[in-house]
Amino acid sequence: MDFSMAPGTFLFEAWQARASLLSGLGVTMLSSALSIVIATVCGILMGVALSYGWWWLRLLARLYVDLMRGIPVLVLILFTYYGLALFGVNVAAFWAGVIALGAFATAHVAENFRGAVESVPAGQMEAAKAIGLSFGKRLYYVILPQAFRRMLPPWVNTGLEIVKGTTLLSIIGVVELLLSVQQQMARNYMIIDFYLLATVFYLIINFTLAQLGALLERKTSYLRY
Amino acid sequence: MTETALLQATNVRKHFGKIEVLKGIDLTVRQGQVVSLIGASGSGKTTFLRCVNLLEEHDGGEILLDGDPIGYRMAGETRKRLSETKISAQRARIGMVFQQFNLFPHLTAGQNVMLGLTKVQGKSTAEAREIADHWLGRVGLAERRDHYPYQLSGGQQQRVAIARAVAMQPRLLLFDEVTSALDPELVAEVLGVMQALAESGMTMLLVSHEMLFVREVSHHVLFLDQGRVAQAGAPSEVFDNPESERLRSFLGRFHGIFSR
Repeated sequence: MDFSMAPGTFLFEAWQARASLLSGLGVTMLSSALSIVIATVCGILMGVALSYGWWWLRLLARLYVDLMRGIPVLVLILFTYYGLALFGVNVAAFWAGVIALGAFATAHVAENFRGAVESVPAGQMEAAKAIGLSFGKRLYYVILPQAFRRMLPPWVNTGLEIVKGTTLLSIIGVVELLLSVQQQMARNYMIIDFYLLATVFYLIINFTLAQLGALLERKTSYLRY
Repeated sequence: MTETALLQATNVRKHFGKIEVLKGIDLTVRQGQVVSLIGASGSGKTTFLRCVNLLEEHDGGEILLDGDPIGYRMAGETRKRLSETKISAQRARIGMVFQQFNLFPHLTAGQNVMLGLTKVQGKSTAEAREIADHWLGRVGLAERRDHYPYQLSGGQQQRVAIARAVAMQPRLLLFDEVTSALDPELVAEVLGVMQALAESGMTMLLVSHEMLFVREVSHHVLFLDQGRVAQAGAPSEVFDNPESERLRSFLGRFHGIFSR
């Protein structure tokens, strides 16, 4: 690989394309962040429904989780974008992708949450009841802080999967990192170089995310039995 | 006896599936009394205690706290379950200490005591801290206020759990085999705290296998056998004049303790 900045070399081409590459990186990071937020908020709510809901709510949540886990993400993305359009619902490609990824990861977060909540010893809920805390307060002050610690490792995994999953948005024409890299290749045919560049970007994002998770785990390490 | 009972249980029944674990328990606890339930495991002592605090729901009979039915209200002939809010309010009037301590592991000793004070009773943090400090001092753990449960011994954890329950100033304190999970050398410190509470006039209902302690602090003892009250009375009556063979054999297992 030639690392000089002469015209026709990789670094030169990459520098020339910096605006669209950075824009692609931005789209990847933004769509990941939005999907993670959606998945976390909706996933926790659905997890509460799975663990404590009335039977019909549990059933609905269970159906949703099993459905989402059984469908390839790509199908979900295509359906959200093209399928909804058939019913007259037009969603911009970016948002269709974010919604599909968020909806998919919601199912994972919900399952993780349920598992985490169920691993908190029953005595914790009983002790919280015994001091007269209402259901919401039992959840907020006693169960969730303990469940979060247990949810953290799988939650970070889900985050990593989402970042990687955003590459699928290129299929519906969202110019995220992968597609913007491919657009460059189409111009300069430096296929290996630009794929490597994309790889490095993805690694940096996911390494940072994993470190963030590890930091949170250390911060909550007082939580032992 | 003209004063009304603080806790009045009448013909309390409870099934788990097809198994009837409580077959009609009658029990009265008056203000300031210490009442103890003894009996073999499986006799229903713990289940009864948990029914008083609505951790289990009895399905027959009636439990009254200060005259109010626990968990239900009567609408004509049928029992209607109270709303979650009302049940939480009833639980707040009853404190409970568990066999496994059940301290909140993500909170310090002080925060464990303060949680109910601030989030249930709506006290300010400053006031709650003052109360928590007072009670942690009473159980001899003032200097452990900022320790997490995992940094405390079993006996210390159980004393924090007692402080957490008393700090709420409950009408009644329930103790469910609170020394059973402790190493033998740690039992005395917990019993000491309980004895001090009893002497201060706290109304207590306890399930215990510490017969010597039960005999010493109780005003009233009930021997439960297979879901029924087989014998009840003053400690001296129950321990010295066991009427049934089952109570005799039950007490016989603790014989070594009494002969000392």
